[in-house]
Amino acid sequence: MSKTVNVYFFGKKYEVPDDLTIMAAMEYAGYRLVRGCGCRGGFCGACATVYRIKGDKGIKTCLACQTKVENDMYIASLPFFPLDKQVYDIEKLGTDEKVMMRLYPEIYACIGCNACTKSCPQNLNVMQYIAYAQRGDYAKCAELSFDCVMCGICSSRCPAGISHPQVAELARRLNGRYLMPECGHLKRTVARVQNGEYEKELEELLCKSEEELTNLYNNRDIEE
Amino acid sequence: MYTEELTIKAAAAAAKREENIKKSVPRMTAEEKNELLAAYHPDHNKDQSKTVLIGKNKGDKVPSELWTLLHSKSRISGADIGAEPEISAEVLVIGGGGAGAAAAIEAARAGAKTVLVTKLRLGDANTMMAEGGIQAADKDNDSPVRHFIDAYGGGHYAAKKELLKKLVCEAPEAIMWLSKLGVEFDKTSDGEMITTHGGGTSRKRMHACKDYSGAEIMRTLRDEVLNLGVTVTDFTAAAEILLDGDGKAAGAALVNMETGKIFTAEAKTVIIATGGIGRLHCQGFPTSNHYGATADGLVMAYRAGAKLIYADTLQYHPTGAAYPGQIYGALVTEKVRSLGAKLVNADGEIFVHPLETRDTVSAAIIRECKERGKGVDTDLGCGVWLDTPMIDMINGEGTTEKRIPAMLRMYERCGIDIRKEPVLVYPTLHYQNGGIDISPDCSVTGIENLYAAGEVTGGIHGRNRLMGNSLLDVIVFGRTAGISAAEKSKTAKHGKPSSDHICRYEKELEKAGIDTGAVSPAFLPDYTGRK
Repeated sequence: MSKTVNVYFFGKKYEVPDDLTIMAAMEYAGYRLVRGCGCRGGFCGACATVYRIKGDKGIKTCLACQTKVENDMYIASLPFFPLDKQVYDIEKLGTDEKVMMRLYPEIYACIGCNACTKSCPQNLNVMQYIAYAQRGDYAKCAELSFDCVMCGICSSRCPAGISHPQVAELARRLNGRYLMPECGHLKRTVARVQNGEYEKELEELLCKSEEELTNLYNNRDIEE
Repeated sequence: MYTEELTIKAAAAAAKREENIKKSVPRMTAEEKNELLAAYHPDHNKDQSKTVLIGKNKGDKVPSELWTLLHSKSRISGADIGAEPEISAEVLVIGGGGAGAAAAIEAARAGAKTVLVTKLRLGDANTMMAEGGIQAADKDNDSPVRHFIDAYGGGHYAAKKELLKKLVCEAPEAIMWLSKLGVEFDKTSDGEMITTHGGGTSRKRMHACKDYSGAEIMRTLRDEVLNLGVTVTDFTAAAEILLDGDGKAAGAALVNMETGKIFTAEAKTVIIATGGIGRLHCQGFPTSNHYGATADGLVMAYRAGAKLIYADTLQYHPTGAAYPGQIYGALVTEKVRSLGAKLVNADGEIFVHPLETRDTVSAAIIRECKERGKGVDTDLGCGVWLDTPMIDMINGEGTTEKRIPAMLRMYERCGIDIRKEPVLVYPTLHYQNGGIDISPDCSVTGIENLYAAGEVTGGIHGRNRLMGNSLLDVIVFGRTAGISAAEKSKTAKHGKPSSDHICRYEKELEKAGIDTGAVSPAFLPDYTGRK
């Protein structure tokens, strides 16, 4: 038998089993979620949540689907936060630092308070990746921000109004598009397919009997 | 954190770890697999399916939960949808996951006026949660022909060959397309893709972005959809496809998820990309799926006259988290096994080759727990060990952190360090193998101006899908749907959108004396009050 704890959803008290996540506890209490619930697995960032444990001075942040309830938790969900996403054509962007300067100039207004890093439910070093973006080091920005689920909690805490997840998204796309090494074998294979090099063999395969195909499958060699 | 009891039980796996790393279990023969599946795979559980009574699939078996939705009344039953449409599009995309986003990108690039509606947010989809990777035969020791044989055999020789051929042939191009959009695939410093095996693959062709493969792809697609100026209408579910007097698709009836308001969209072409079924919790299984995976597209398409193919076959992913409760049913990516972790029972014995196809591994785990009594019991149920500490032992320290950070993080949040302790797993409802019957251009068989792509469709994977072929599917067929629909929209003509076919469908229900007491599509599961 699990014990129960008292939690407060938007200030209202509910008694819930202590082994539930915040999301499951809201449902247990009777909420039928439309906002603030997405993948339920820690990947989509829909369930950004802020809370305070009664008596504590600090505000804490988390993803509701990944965090268990605690006694005296005062919980507010943050199902949407207005981020600024700039529109661009990836094919027309370069990779120098002017790209960020043009699209997200507010990153240079960072005051170094580190509230973004402290609030990240993925424990990313957000302020550091913004610093890399400022310098035009998009590969580093991409690397540090890779596990971002774009929940927007960092931006909600930022006095400079930076949309960190969007800055990071741009950096990752620049990195993937321009900075990572090109893949030779991929290029070669795409060319082979376009030249129809597999066409004959595939057409023959499609005409084979069920028995022949079963044989091919059961006796195929498997790479170690 | 494990209880004291489970910590003691985990020691059985630890005791044999060194020995188990060296040990290899032979793969099963075709006969052994068939026997195992017939006895233990949930698809073969006959009393869990029901026979369809009306429509194109009359006489076919489908899972009971889907049966109820197919035989229920429409959400817009009796509603006035005659008002002027609020949305007018050349291409209307229903669904904001990988297939919907890829379709929207291609439709917009082709110059079509594209509107995407999604019942949650753009990107709230199973694509976002795909962890392990995406298949493509792009290495010199591999070929699309091999990819075809792997997938065709793995799907029990049931795939529609022309669809599968398209999937494997366009796979390398799909990887190229994603790379050009900026998706960061794992590569060596000279650009070679870092690839691994998936269950049932004969070559290492699993491309990954750590274990955030789907998330990386989905957020990139989402960004591009927004860059292209596609109109994205979120928190808007489609309740029905609307048809004109000739039975051609002409739009959709939509519902604002927040206000409940019903309104209509008129469209020259419609693409259904609504995803899967996991949140129906078939046979009481937990699911790895996102919140909105409730089979909406199957229901809408079926009422509009589409045919479903292999709707009776579902994929139970072998390694769903079986402990602790807060992640029960969550996906533990197959990549964990690709990297060397093996499955061991309560006695620390390996009982199945870790990279058999998913249906086989799932059935083997169920057998271990239900028949052989060699599962590990917890207060939540039963499971077997997935021996994750093997990964760093085999591949070197730091591998877990670098290659599967999401798994490390998910368990860290539960107080379990997967580098030191194994994890408990049991099959979880993961994927709908079947779905709407389509042609290679993604047109829905028998309904003009209607297209479908992604998990909602059937036939590509036969009766069992291989790991990494669904991320591939959403890109290859999502793009195709967008291109086909945009092209068709240039010449498509249709009459006034109407819901008359819904009335006819409901009359048939009435005639057959069916009353489930429910309405469908489901839109979202109801977890209120659930512990």
